[in-house]
Amino acid sequence: MVNMIIDGKNVTARKDTMLLEAIRGAGISVPTLCAHESVSRSGACRLCVVEIKKGNRTRIVTSCLYGVEEGLIVNTKSERVLNVRRLVMELLLARCPESDVLQKMAEDMGIEAQTRYAVDTDKGKCILCRSCVRVCEEVVGVSAIGLFSRGSYKEVGTPYHEPSDACIGCGACVYVCPTGHIEMTSTGETRKIWGRTFKMQACTKCGKYFAPVDQLKFISKKTGTSIDELAVCTECR
Amino acid sequence: MTKPISIAAKTRQIVKKHGNAKGAVIAVLQDLQEAFNYLPKEALKTAAKAMDVPMSRIYEAATFYTAFSLEPRGKHVVKICKGTACHVRGAAILQDRFETTLGIKPGGTTKDGLFSLETVNCVGACALGPVVVINTEYHGQVTISKVDKIIKKINKEEGAQ
Amino acid sequence: MSGNTDKQSHAILDNLTLYYGPKRKFVAICAGTGCRAYGSLKVKDALEAELKKQNMADVDVLATGCLGFCEKGPMMIIHPDKYFYQSVKESDIPEIVEKTIGRGEAISRLLYRHPETKKTLFREEDLPFYKKQLRAVFGKNGMIDPSRIEDYFAIDGYQALAKVLAEMTPEQVISEVKKAGLRGRGGGGFPAAVKWEGVRKAAGEPKYVIANGDEGDPGAYMDRSLMEGNPHSVIEGMIIGAYAVGSNHGYIYVRNEYPLAVENLSKAIEAARANGLLGKNILGTDFSFDIQINKGAGAFVCGESSALFASIEGRAGEPRAKYVHAVDKGLYDKPTVLNNVETWANVPLIINKGADWFASIGTEGSKGTKIFSLVGKINNTGLVEVPMGTTLYEIIYDMGGGITGGRKFKAVQTGGPSGGCIPESLLDLPVDFDRLYEVGSMMGSGGMIVMDDTSCMVDVARYFLEFLKEESCGKCVPCREGVRRMSEILEDICAGRGREGDIELLETMSAAIADGSLCALGGSAPNPVLSTIRHFREEYEAHIRDHRCPAGVCKALISYNIDAEKCTGCGVCVKVCATKAITGELKKVHTIDNEKCTRCGACIQSCKFDAIYVK
Repeated sequence: MVNMIIDGKNVTARKDTMLLEAIRGAGISVPTLCAHESVSRSGACRLCVVEIKKGNRTRIVTSCLYGVEEGLIVNTKSERVLNVRRLVMELLLARCPESDVLQKMAEDMGIEAQTRYAVDTDKGKCILCRSCVRVCEEVVGVSAIGLFSRGSYKEVGTPYHEPSDACIGCGACVYVCPTGHIEMTSTGETRKIWGRTFKMQACTKCGKYFAPVDQLKFISKKTGTSIDELAVCTECR
Repeated sequence: MTKPISIAAKTRQIVKKHGNAKGAVIAVLQDLQEAFNYLPKEALKTAAKAMDVPMSRIYEAATFYTAFSLEPRGKHVVKICKGTACHVRGAAILQDRFETTLGIKPGGTTKDGLFSLETVNCVGACALGPVVVINTEYHGQVTISKVDKIIKKINKEEGAQ
Repeated sequence: MSGNTDKQSHAILDNLTLYYGPKRKFVAICAGTGCRAYGSLKVKDALEAELKKQNMADVDVLATGCLGFCEKGPMMIIHPDKYFYQSVKESDIPEIVEKTIGRGEAISRLLYRHPETKKTLFREEDLPFYKKQLRAVFGKNGMIDPSRIEDYFAIDGYQALAKVLAEMTPEQVISEVKKAGLRGRGGGGFPAAVKWEGVRKAAGEPKYVIANGDEGDPGAYMDRSLMEGNPHSVIEGMIIGAYAVGSNHGYIYVRNEYPLAVENLSKAIEAARANGLLGKNILGTDFSFDIQINKGAGAFVCGESSALFASIEGRAGEPRAKYVHAVDKGLYDKPTVLNNVETWANVPLIINKGADWFASIGTEGSKGTKIFSLVGKINNTGLVEVPMGTTLYEIIYDMGGGITGGRKFKAVQTGGPSGGCIPESLLDLPVDFDRLYEVGSMMGSGGMIVMDDTSCMVDVARYFLEFLKEESCGKCVPCREGVRRMSEILEDICAGRGREGDIELLETMSAAIADGSLCALGGSAPNPVLSTIRHFREEYEAHIRDHRCPAGVCKALISYNIDAEKCTGCGVCVKVCATKAITGELKKVHTIDNEKCTRCGACIQSCKFDAIYVK
C-alpha cells in the first residue's frame, strides 16, 4: 500500500494501481471520456488530468496513466487542472455540437460552449477517444477499424470507408463508444454496421435473432466450439 | 523489357525483401510508393496479407505519413518548401503562382496527369530559399518568373514527345 | 585507395599518414545539397576532366559535404594553399587548373571580397563568416569525401573508438561524457550521460542506441549536413555510446526528405563493416554492434521519442503517454538511448580531446559548440559553429554580415515550431540552452531564421500554428483541437477578422494546451504565439483594432499601389499579372484594380523600377 494526500485527505491505495482509481476510491469524482474499463488506456481525452507535487516540483499528469506513488500530493481541482478540463470540454463541444452526452457533462462541470470557436459539422459525435479501435483489436481481436490520417483530419473507420472483410459485426465498438457516434441498425434478421450488412443467426431453440453469423463463425474458429452449439442463444443455453 | 509484373506479385516481392517482418511496414510502404508512384489498394491488401498485419494498421500508416499517396501522382511532382526560411522569403507567393497556373491545390494532380502539387515542411536547403523541388531536382531562389519558366519548360518537353 | 578492406585499420592509418601529408594537392568541392542545386557536381566533373586533360590526374578531388557558407556556392578550397573560391562556374575550371592548381596562383575574381573593406581574402579562415567560428565538429567536412572512409581515418577517425575499446571501461566512457557536460543538441538539452547511465543500469535486453536524424525543425539543416558530409563521425559516436550502455543494435532514423544523407550513411556503414568497425567483434574485441537505417515518411512528430519508436516499429507515429522513460522502456519497450545526430558527432571529439577541453568551451550550463543554421533575411546564409554563449549579435552581424538589402532587423526565430521569436532588444543575449529558454524560446536543433521589417510577426505565429496543425498526430484533444482553433483565430486576425479579446483568449488557450497536451509537440505548440505576443503585442493590436498589417504582409489588410513618379509604363507588370488587375497604356502610368488584385506579388517581383508599393 502507498500513502498519498489527495485534495488534502490522507489516502492509501494499492500498489500498482493508477491515480484515477485511487482518487475515485477516495470518493472524489474525476471526469473521463476515453478510459473505458474493457480496453487499455491511451490518455487521449485529457479530462482526467490532476496536479501532482513531488518535492518542490508540481506538474500536470493524466491520472488514468500515472501510477500511485508513496508521498505524492495530488490536487484534483487546482486552477491549472480546471483550465485544462475547461479547454478540453470547450474544444469537444465545438467539434461535436450534437452530442447530448458532452452537453450534459459540460453542464455538470459548469462549462459553456466557447462562442469564439467555429463549430464543426462533419465530425458527428466522434471525439476520437479510440475505445472502439482498441476494443476491436484487444478484445475482439479482428482490428477491423482503425484511426486514419492525422491531426484534425483524423477519423475512425474501416480502410477506404469500405465494408470490411475483417469485421464480424459484433457491435463491441458500439458498446464502448461514450457518445453514441457509431451507427448500428437492425431489422431482426440483419444488422448493419460500418456500411456492411450482416446476416443474423436465429437461435435454434427459441428462434430469436441474437448474433451475426460471422461472429459465431469467428468464435467457433477461435475456440473450437462447433457452430451448432453456438447457434443457441445465451438464454436458451 | 520483360513482361510487366502484376501489382500483387511486385508487392509480394517487396514484402519478401524485407523478410516479411511486421516491423517493416513503413519500409515496405516506401518501396511500394517508389515502385508504383503511389500506394494502390491492391498493393496494400496484398501487403497486409503477406505480412500478416491487419489492413487497418497498414491503412493507418499509409494515411498518417505525408510521403505516401493513395492516389496516382502526376509525372512531375512539384514540392514547394514551406520551411520558415522559405516562408519569410516568399514561399506563399510561389505557391499562389503554381496554384493559379496549374489550376490545382496542394495534394492535387492536373487533369493531363503531368503535374502534382505538394507542399513540404522544409527540405533542409534553407540557404537557397525559397526552394522548389521538382521530382528530385532542387531549384533555389525561385521567383515568379522562374515558376513560369519551369512550367513552360516541362509543358514544352512533354508536348514535344 | 580501395582494396584494403581486409587489412587492419591501424595498418591503413600508417599508410594514410604518408598519403595525406601536409603538402598534398587536393581540391575540396562542396557537394552538399545546397551547392548541388547551384551545380557543383557539374563543376566537379569538369574539374576532373580538365585535370586529366592538363596531365594532373594525380590531384585528388573531394566531393565533400556542406562547407557551411551556402550563400556563395558552389565553392571549392584548393589545397595545399587553401585558396577559397566561391560561386565557381564550369567555365572557370580550365583557368583554375592551369593557374591555381598548376602554378599556385590565385584567381582574384573567384576570391571573396570583404563587403566593407573591399579587401580580397584568400583563405577560408580570413573570411568574416568563418573567422569567429569554432568548427570543432563541422569543420572536418572540408577534409572528407564522405564516400571514402580513408579520408575519415586520415583525420584521426575511429581513433576515439580504438581508445575506448583498448583503454576505457563503459563506466569510464560515461563518466568522461558526464564530465564534459554534453547536452542533447536536438531539443530540450538533456544531459547525454544521464541517459546513457540510465540505460546502462536499466534492466531488460536487448538495449538500443538510436541517432535521431529526423531533423524536422523548419529552417534547420545542420544534422542533414553532418549525415551527408561526415557520416562516420555520427557512426563512431554511436558505437562508443553503444559500448558505454551495453547495446549491440543501433538505428539511425533519417528524414524522408534527406535522400543524400541516407545514401552517404549507407555507404559509410558498409565501409565501417568492411573495416571491422561495425559488426561482430569490433576491432578484435568481444564487443559487437551494428547499425540499421530507418527512413522517416514525412511526419514532424516523429522527432518526438515515443513517436519515433512507433515509426521504427512500423506504426503510425503517435506518441505514447509515458510516465516511464525511454531509458527504461523505449524502442520495443526496451531500454533505449536516443540522441540526435549532432550530439553523437560530438562524442568522438570528447574522447579524443578530453572532457576538460570540451568543458572549457561554452557557458556554465552549456558546454562545447553548437551548429546553427543562419537563414532568412541575412546576407551570409549558411551553417555556423560557435562556442555556446556566443551572442546573437555576433552570429547575425559578425558572421552573418547583417540583414539583406540593409534593412532593419526585427526578430530572430530559434527552436523551430517549439521555439519563439527574439526581438532586437535581446541581440546581446549569449546563446545557450538556458538563456534561450528564459526569453521564451529554445535551442531546438539550432535553426536561426532572421526576419526584417518586412516580416509580420502575427503572420509568423500563424505560419507556425498552421504547421503544427498539419503535423499534430491527432491523438490528444488539446493539441488536435486546440492548435486548430488557435490557428483559426490567427487566420482570422491576419484576415482582418480579429476580435477584441482574441489576444487574451490565445493566451488562456496557450496555458491550457501547454499543460494538457500529451507530448512535447502540443506542449510547446503555443510558444510561437506566446513569444510573439510577448515581444510584439502592438503588431497584434494593429491587426485587430486598426485592421492594419504594419509589415505589409497580410493580404487582406494591404493594397498594392503604383508610384506615378517611378512607373515608366513599360507593361511588364501587366503581362505577369494572373488576374488582369493591372491596366494602362504603354509608356503611361499604370493602375491596379485592388478588387481584382490578389496581392500575389508577381508585379512587385517583376517591376524593374520599384514602382509598386504596398500600403
